[in-house]
Formats: sequence, structure tokens, C-alpha cells
Amino acid sequence: MSETENKTENGSMESAGECTAGDTKDDKGLGLGVIFFIVAFVVCFLSGTLLFPKLLYSKKKQPFNFDHALHVSEAGDCESCHSLREDGSFSGIPKLATCLDCHAEDPMGETEDEAIFVEEYVSKEKEIPWYVYSRQPDCVFFSHAAHTEANGMDCVTCHGHIGESTSLKPYEENRITGYSRDIWGKNIFGIKKHSWDRMKMDDCAACHKKETGHQGYCFQCHK
Amino acid sequence: MKVDRRSFLGLGLGAVAGIAVSPVGLKLTDDSSIWTQNWPWTPVPVDGEVTYESSVCSLCPGSCGISVRKIDERPVKIEGLADYPVNDGGVCLHGIAGLQYLYDPARIKSPLKKNGDRFEEISWDDAIAIVADKLADIRKKGLPEKLACITDKEQGSVSELFKRLLKTFGSPNFYTMPSLESYLDVTAAAMHGEGKTIAFDLENSDFILSFGAGIIEGWGSPVSCFKANASRKERHAKLYQIESRLSNTAANADKWIPIKPGTQADLALGLCAVILKNNLFDSNATVNFKGGFNKLAATLQKEYAPSKIADITGIKASDIEKMAVLFAKAKMPLAVFGQGRGDGAQSLKELAAVHTLNCLVGNINKKGGAFVLPKNDYLKFPDESMDGISKTGFAKAKTGRYVNQLIEKVNASSQPAVEALFVYNANPCYSLHDSKSVKQAFGKIPFVVSFSSFLDETAKEADIILPSHTFLERLEDVPSGSGLAKSVVGLTKPVIEPVFNTKNPGDAVILIAKALEGSIAQNFEWETYEDCLENITSGIWDSLSEDGHVVISEGPGESTAVNVSFLSKNPASIQAQGDYELTLIPIDNMRLINAGMAASPFAIKTVSDTVLTGSDIVIEMNPLTAKGLKDKEFATLTTPMGKTRVMINLNEGMMPGVIGMVEGLGHTFNTKNMSNKYVSGKGVNVNDLIGPVIESGSGLDAAFGIKAKISKA
Repeated sequence: MSETENKTENGSMESAGECTAGDTKDDKGLGLGVIFFIVAFVVCFLSGTLLFPKLLYSKKKQPFNFDHALHVSEAGDCESCHSLREDGSFSGIPKLATCLDCHAEDPMGETEDEAIFVEEYVSKEKEIPWYVYSRQPDCVFFSHAAHTEANGMDCVTCHGHIGESTSLKPYEENRITGYSRDIWGKNIFGIKKHSWDRMKMDDCAACHKKETGHQGYCFQCHK
Repeated sequence: MKVDRRSFLGLGLGAVAGIAVSPVGLKLTDDSSIWTQNWPWTPVPVDGEVTYESSVCSLCPGSCGISVRKIDERPVKIEGLADYPVNDGGVCLHGIAGLQYLYDPARIKSPLKKNGDRFEEISWDDAIAIVADKLADIRKKGLPEKLACITDKEQGSVSELFKRLLKTFGSPNFYTMPSLESYLDVTAAAMHGEGKTIAFDLENSDFILSFGAGIIEGWGSPVSCFKANASRKERHAKLYQIESRLSNTAANADKWIPIKPGTQADLALGLCAVILKNNLFDSNATVNFKGGFNKLAATLQKEYAPSKIADITGIKASDIEKMAVLFAKAKMPLAVFGQGRGDGAQSLKELAAVHTLNCLVGNINKKGGAFVLPKNDYLKFPDESMDGISKTGFAKAKTGRYVNQLIEKVNASSQPAVEALFVYNANPCYSLHDSKSVKQAFGKIPFVVSFSSFLDETAKEADIILPSHTFLERLEDVPSGSGLAKSVVGLTKPVIEPVFNTKNPGDAVILIAKALEGSIAQNFEWETYEDCLENITSGIWDSLSEDGHVVISEGPGESTAVNVSFLSKNPASIQAQGDYELTLIPIDNMRLINAGMAASPFAIKTVSDTVLTGSDIVIEMNPLTAKGLKDKEFATLTTPMGKTRVMINLNEGMMPGVIGMVEGLGHTFNTKNMSNKYVSGKGVNVNDLIGPVIESGSGLDAAFGIKAKISKA
């Protein structure tokens, strides 16, 4: 037989009073529980949203600053440096030899960055170890020519207005994957406002769905 | 208010809910999936511009054209070069794995000097100075003829530079390792006169009678032979394979004729006897016979009658007669010698006997037959200027006729028979028979200079190593040889900057000559090897450098006399050394390399476990010979040269009484400084177990095998 039943049989008011008092205590406990819940929720949610990205990404400085805007105004469009090769493959970040098509042994201009470029790389004939914001995993095949040449896409659609920037932002490297933060996007929730805010597979698929009516097959990119 | 269990529950739930609603879970799941699909320790090839460079492979005498695929400056793949006159786009497994030699763990990274039992790195300047000082001492003593040189081949500018250095130094002691080319030259010299060589028109012949030539086991120019064999069915051409073992070539042939090892010469002469007896020979061709044709014919009728030959070879007399008739009546018959790869031990009796078949049926210098051609002479060196010492030294007799006799002389004499030895592109301490005594001879030579790219068995015995570029890092002319029916000179070009501190061997020779000063230096007035090559190939340099190759000649040569004086003396057949019951013979396998070089790690991995199981060599024997030994069981193989542990592979494709052991294993590249675990310490070197048997008259090492016994381990 349970304790409550015993107490009811005895008809004790005291025990009823105790019972009420007991209920009140429970409510208070619940209230405190709710407060704890809310506090923990808020702390953890904010940590996951604000602190977590700081832990996940390490900031790295590029070897020296690069002024895209200046180069575009001097050299022309993106393809002056980021060209397609004869076989249609994309040359990516230019090699030192491409830089030397215009730059000479002597610094052009008086910036500190130009000095680093000449002293550390040109005179030592060393390639510049740029961090690449848009580098994708090796398991993905991507043809620039198919997008830009065959379908007339603009560089900005995926790469944004980097051509208008005067300085390079710090490179944020994902400590787990080793890839740039720009692939997932600056917004940790993955919310994007522009087409160039993210470069995930779903973004490729969404654009393909919109433009071609089909999101594409696995082997088209994962060869 | 009291903090109780529920509060903690709230805290926990709140934390879980907070994390769950935050992007942490989603992001970590995504990141970990990317991480697991791109393990950071998995090497990712660097991307870059794709280009192709054409060159010529010189890993074997086949001289195939290759196209090297590069990403930026890095070669990443070797493919066959389409339309190249030797291989027309084809390539073998050693060629495609050629890039592995660039980064081989046994590569010599800079000049080395032996100090006790270790090698020390030294500079090129010091190394050349040491060599030049030592050579100058020898010359001062008035013994220039005591400088000797062993290379892989006679032809090509680098071999010619070594020869020129020796000649102007005052030494006639230039030797080459036995190879199919050397046997072709020896046979041509004995039967058609000096300065000639023999080629086989396999791709047109309609009846190939192969005396053990491994047409698809790497004989001759391998890829060209694969192609000739592949087209055989379309051309309705027949291949009869005469050898003791059901090799791949035998399995692929129209008929396999098992023969007792070492009796091929007798069979060839037996076939000649049948052809002569039945008047099946070409009477127009026999007009060219000199040197005792009638004597030969009489000897053949007396000593080589089919019934006698049947006993010697183990082939039925009726089959011998049938084979001879088929061969003689074929439209374009061709008898081919050179067992296996053709670079193992051969007797001149066998070479000449097989070639006499060609001469008798009149297929010399005819389409589908054997071509007797003048040797390549596309190199035009300026005449040597020699001083008194070099003239006297060069006029002296060679220490030995062939490399085997050189080794024998060195071992036999108490005073150094050779004071200094150069070894280039050869590994005599591995590939000559009785390698133990070869190493002993190397120990007796006071100063050995190796030009090897790898710390192989011979380089380990050297006092100074002047490491050469590999074929992917150097410029060199590569004349085709190996019995190819056309004469092509290819140009090997560097496709990558040297990976280590090595030099083109041609440059090393020029530097040594310059350091020797005086009349020797005068003969080497080129700045670099490249200058030299351009200069000495002036007639063909433009097309050689632009097209990458020049076809010197194609098709049959002019009619030529046939000298059968060697055979008409009825030389004795070679007997295997020893008294044991069984005969051990070497087997050639396309997946291995049996010359001095070791096969690449990639090629070694493709060797089947019936050849190599783990690190144990597997020998082939017929179940009838096994006598209680079981398949995959370990046993002890004993020959007069030594014994070794082997694994048994019972194979009915091997004649009873014969044991086959593959060539090209048992390399020992490990030293205190470096090791190449991918190729060394695997199996045993069959040349350790076989001793040389010198054929009288020719001086060739003709040990086709050795007597052996096998017992339970």
C-alpha cells in the first residue's frame, strides 16, 4: 500500500497540509529548473554561435598584401592573371613567372608588400605560398571553362567582388578540414545573401537545378 | 529555493537544447565528413599545367619512344610514343614504371668515396681530381694498358667516349657485358665478317623457328616483338618454340617442342642435315657459302642424323624431319637464336648453327628473313691524337677476350692484372656467372670507379662512384640494336632537372679527360657532352634533335658471303658443370629485369607468387622429378657453386630432370647508408649458383645451366 493511501485512510489534515506544502516546494524546484534550463540554453546557444567559430577557425595572414583593384586597373580583367590554359584547364593562382611578365627584378612602387615580394620571392625564385580562399577538396572535379567559357558565367557569381578589393582579408582555416571558411561561408548557420557567400556542393546543385533543371549526378564532379 | 536534482536536469537539458539549436552539430558533422574523405596524411598531387615531352627509354636495349606526361615541371606518367618506328605507341611495364627510378631509395645522391666499409660524400671536383691523379700515376708507371672499362654496349656516344678515353690513355681493355647485341655481332663476325650485325624481320616472317627466344619474355626490343607476335594470327604466320619449359612464348606458339637443355645447337645442326639430305636448301644461297661447306655437309650427314639427334635432344626423329621440311618449305622462314632474353650465356656453336639454318634456306637479306647489316656508324669522332705511351699501350693485347676472361685473369695473377677499372651501365658483380669470384676479382683491382646511378652490387665494390643521371635526366643518343629489323637512332632527352647531385656520364668522362691534361685532354676539347654529341652527330643532329629520332636504314642489306668454318670443325657441345642428376636453368620473366639493373618496385609487385612468395624464390620442377617433394614446400637446392633455400612449384610445363629458377631476383642493395627494401633481399640471384663454362674456340661463357640436386630443407 502506498503512503498517500495510508494517509487518506487515517483522515489526517496534517498530512493533507504537508501534502500541499510539498506541492508548493515542487513548483519552486520546477521554476529553478526552468531558469537553469534557460540559462544553460542561452549560454550554450551563444557559445555554439559566437565562440565555436572562433575555436573552429584559425586566422592566417597571407605572405603579403595583394591589391586586386590596382592589378585589375593595370592589367585588365581577371583573365589577365587567372587564365585558362590551352587545354581548357584553369591556371588558378598565377605562378611567379606570370607575375614576372610585368614585374621586374626591381620593385614597382614603394609599398612594403612589394618589397617583400621582390626580396623573398622574386630574388629567391620562390613561388608565393598564397592561401587560397576558394580551394576545394581534391575529390571534386570542377571545370572553370565549362562555366565561364561555355555558359558565359561571370567570375563574380562564385567569387564575389574580390577583384575590387584593395587588401586581402585574413585567411580563416578550418582546423578540422584544413579548408577555407569561405567554402562554408562567413555565416556559421550557412545562411547566404549572395550567390558568392558559400561554395558548398548544395550551392552547385541549387544553381544547376535552376539553370539546367537538374541538380546533376555524383560522378559529374566526384570522378 | 533549493537547488535540487530537477535544477541540474534543467541545466543539462538547456545545454543540450542550446547546442542542438546552435550550428555546432551541423557544422561538425559536415567538417568531420570532409575530414574523413580527405585524410590530411593522404598525399594530394599538386595541380599544374599538363605538358607532354617525348624521349627515348634506355632501360633496356629495346629503345622505345616514350611520351612523358608532366604537371608543371614534374613528370607524372610515361606512355608509349605513337608513330615511333620501334614501338609505335606501345610500352612495357618497366617503361611505364620508369619514374620510380628517379626517386629510388638506392640512388646515389652525390659522388662517393669509399672509406673503410663506408662511403663518404665528396664534391665532383674532388672526385674527378682523385680519379685523374690515380690514372696519371698508372700512366707514369708506364702501364696505361692496365686501365680497363666495362660497359653495357659497344655503340652509342657515351660508350664511344669511354673507348676514346681508354685509347688515348693507352689501353685496349674495353669490354662489354654479354647481351643479345654482342651475340648478334659475334655471330655476324664469325659468319659474315667483322663490322656486321644481324637483325630478324619478325613482323614479316611466316614461319618463326625460335630456339628458346622469349619473343614475349623481353627478347630483343620487347615492345616491337610483342607487336610482331600479336600480328602473327592475322598474317597466318606460325611460331614453333623450342625450349625446355612451357614459357609464355611457348604457350603462345603454334607448337611447343620441349628439348633437353643445352642441346639446341645439335637440333639446329640436325635440321640442317635433313635440309641438306633432302635437297631442300636454296642452291642460289649456298653459292655464297665459304669456309668448308662440303666439309660441314659431310659432318652433318655423319654426326647429325635425325636418329642421333633424337637421342641427344629428346625430340622424336620423325618430328625433327617434319620440322625441317616445314621450315625449308615455308615462304619466309626465320630461325631465331638467343634463349630467353637473349643476353644470357650462349655458345657460338648454337648461335652459328641456328643462323646456318637461315643461310641454308636462303632467307638472308630477304623480307621476313634474317638481315645481315653493317653496324651503325652514325657517330663521326675526330681522329685521335696519341702520344708515345698511349700508342704503345693501345697496341698491346687485351687482357682477356671477353669480360669473363678479364675476371679470370685478375683472379689468377698475383700482381694486379688491372690497376684501375671503370664500370658504366653494367653490374658484373650481379649478372655474370659465379658472382662470388667476380666480387673477388673486384677486390683485387686497386682502383674501381663506378658510374652507376644506384648503389648496386658492383657500385658497392667501387672506390669512387661518379653517379650518372637516370635516363629521365640526361641527354644521350640511343641506337636501336637487339635484332630489330631497322636501324633507328633515338635521342633521350632530360624531362626533369636532376633530382640529385649527379652528372651525365658523358660529361664525367670529358671532365676526367680534361683533368688528365696533355694529349688525352686534346682529344676531348668539347665544353660539355651536349657540345660533343652535337658535334659528332653533325650529319643527323638537326633531325635527331627536332624529331627525336632518325631512321638510319630499313629493310634488308646487300647479299653477303657465309663462312661456316667454325661449324665445319664440328666444335664440341657445351656440357653443364657438375655431376648431379638434375639441370638448373635460368628462366627469364618479362616482369623482372635480368641485366644489372633491378626491376622497379612496381614491377616487382606484379611478379606472381609462383615466382616469388614473400621473400622466398620459387623454383619450377616437373612432378615426375619431385620424388616426394610437395608443391609449396621448402627445399635445399645444391649446385657445384653453392646451395640455397627455395620453395617448390610443381609444374608440368617444365621438362622432367630440369629445374627452372627465375633471373633478376636476389639483389642486395642494402648497405649501412641506405636500403631499398622494395627490390632487395627478395629471392636469390641465380648467377650465384651457376658457374661459367667457357666454349673453346669462341671464348664465350656458354653455361646454359648447371647440374643440381634438390633435397628436403
